[in-house]
Amino acid sequence: MSAAMLPLVLDSLTFGINGKTIIDRVTVEIGAGPRTIILGPNGAGKSVLMRLCHGLLAPTSGSIAWRGAANGRNRQAMVFQRPVMLRRSALANIVYGLKLAGVAPRERELRARDVLEAVGLADVADQSARVLSGGEQQRLALARAWALGPEVLFLDEPTANLDPGAARDVETLIGQIRAGGTKIVMTTHNLGQARRLADEILFLDRGRLVERSPVESFFRQPASPEAAAFIKEELP
Amino acid sequence: MILGFDPKLIEIVLLSVRVSLTAVVIASALGLPLGAAIAVGRFPGRQALIVLLNALMGLPPVVAGLVVYLMLSRAGPLGDFGILFTPAAMVVAQTILILPIVAALSRQVIEDAWQEYREQLRSLGAGPLTAALTLLWDTRFSLVTIVLAGFGRAAAEVGAVIIVGGNIDGVTRVMTTAIALETSKGDLPLALGLGVILLSLVLALNAGAYWVKEAAQRRYG
Repeated sequence: MSAAMLPLVLDSLTFGINGKTIIDRVTVEIGAGPRTIILGPNGAGKSVLMRLCHGLLAPTSGSIAWRGAANGRNRQAMVFQRPVMLRRSALANIVYGLKLAGVAPRERELRARDVLEAVGLADVADQSARVLSGGEQQRLALARAWALGPEVLFLDEPTANLDPGAARDVETLIGQIRAGGTKIVMTTHNLGQARRLADEILFLDRGRLVERSPVESFFRQPASPEAAAFIKEELP
Repeated sequence: MILGFDPKLIEIVLLSVRVSLTAVVIASALGLPLGAAIAVGRFPGRQALIVLLNALMGLPPVVAGLVVYLMLSRAGPLGDFGILFTPAAMVVAQTILILPIVAALSRQVIEDAWQEYREQLRSLGAGPLTAALTLLWDTRFSLVTIVLAGFGRAAAEVGAVIIVGGNIDGVTRVMTTAIALETSKGDLPLALGLGVILLSLVLALNAGAYWVKEAAQRRYG
C-alpha cells in the first residue's frame, strides 16, 4: 500500500447556496481506522458534507485537506444513494472505472471479474447493468468503487432505496470492504444501521456538527440535546 | 409504374437518398459532438448558442437554399468552387438545414443524461471530454432517432434543393422536386407514385429506428 491520504481535516468548513447555509463551520479530523457514520435527520446536510469531502463540491469558506503523505483523487471513491449505471454490461461498468483510474488495459478485466465474484455478481457480469435489480445495481456500484482499491470509501445512504434483504447484502459487503483495509465514511438516517455499522458517530443537525462520539456512548448517553431528541424520536 | 422499376424513377430515388444520406452523415458528424460539447461544457455564450440552435431548427428550407445559393453563385464568396446546380450544392444546403436539428436535439438528450450521470462520472475522475464521449455512447439509441429525424427532414424538403440544385433532369432532380414539377405539369400519377415511394421510405426508416430502440431498451435498459 502506498502512502496514506488520511487524515482528512475539515476546518471551519462552510457551504452555502443562494444565501442559505447548508454546512455551517464544521471542524473535524477524520482519521484512518474506525468506521465513521455521519448521522442526522433529513436536511441536516449529510449528503452535502460528504460531497464536500469527496471533492464534488467546493466549500464556500473554510478548508478541507488531506493531510496524509499521499495526494491523489483515485485513492478515494464514492457510492451514491441511487447508483448510476452506464448503458453497458456489469463488467464493462467496472472496467470503465478502472480505465479512468489509469489501470493498465490487461489488468482491467481480470480485476473486474475478481471483484464481481467477490460481490456475488459473477453470473450477471455480461448482462446490461441497467436491467439489474436495485439491490444488484447497488452491489455493482460498490464493486465499481471497490475495484479501484480506495483508501477511503464514501457511502451516501447506500441502502435508502433498497428492501431489507438487499440492504442486508449491502451492509455485509461494506463489512467485507472494510475488512480489506478501506476506511468507511457513510451517511445514514437509519439508527439501526448506524448501530450495526458504526465505530464512531458524527451527528449533524442543521448543517452543524453537534456531536462526535463512539457508537456505544452515543446511543447510551448522547452528549447533545439534539442527538438525544433524534434518538428518542426514532426509537419507539 | 412503381412496380415497373422505371430506370428514370430509380435514378431520381437513388439521387434523393444519396444526397440526403450524405447530408445527414455530415450533419451528424458535426452536430452530435457539438450537441455533446454544449451539453457538458460551460462557456460564455452557451445559452445564446442554445437559443440560436433551437431557433434554427425551424429554419425555412427556402431561406437555407437562398443563403447557400448566394454563397455558391458565381459572384458569391464560394463561387469559385462551381458547385451550384450540382448534387454537392444540395448536400451543402441540406446539411445546413439539419445540422441545427441534430445539434439541438442531441444537446437536449445528452444534457438530460448529464444531469443523471454528472456526479458519478466526476467521482470516477472523468474530465469534460471523457464525460462527453461517455454520454454520446450511453444515449446512442436516442441519438439514432434524432439522426433519422434529420434524414426525414432532409429527404422531405423541397425548397432548398430546388433553389441550389435547379431540378435539372438527370443531374439534380430528386423526389421532392420531381413531385413539385410533375404536379405543376399535371402529371399527377407520376407525382403520386413518387410521393408514395417517399412516404414509404420515411415510414420504413422510422419503423426500423423504433424497432431498434425498443429492442435495445429491453436489452440494455
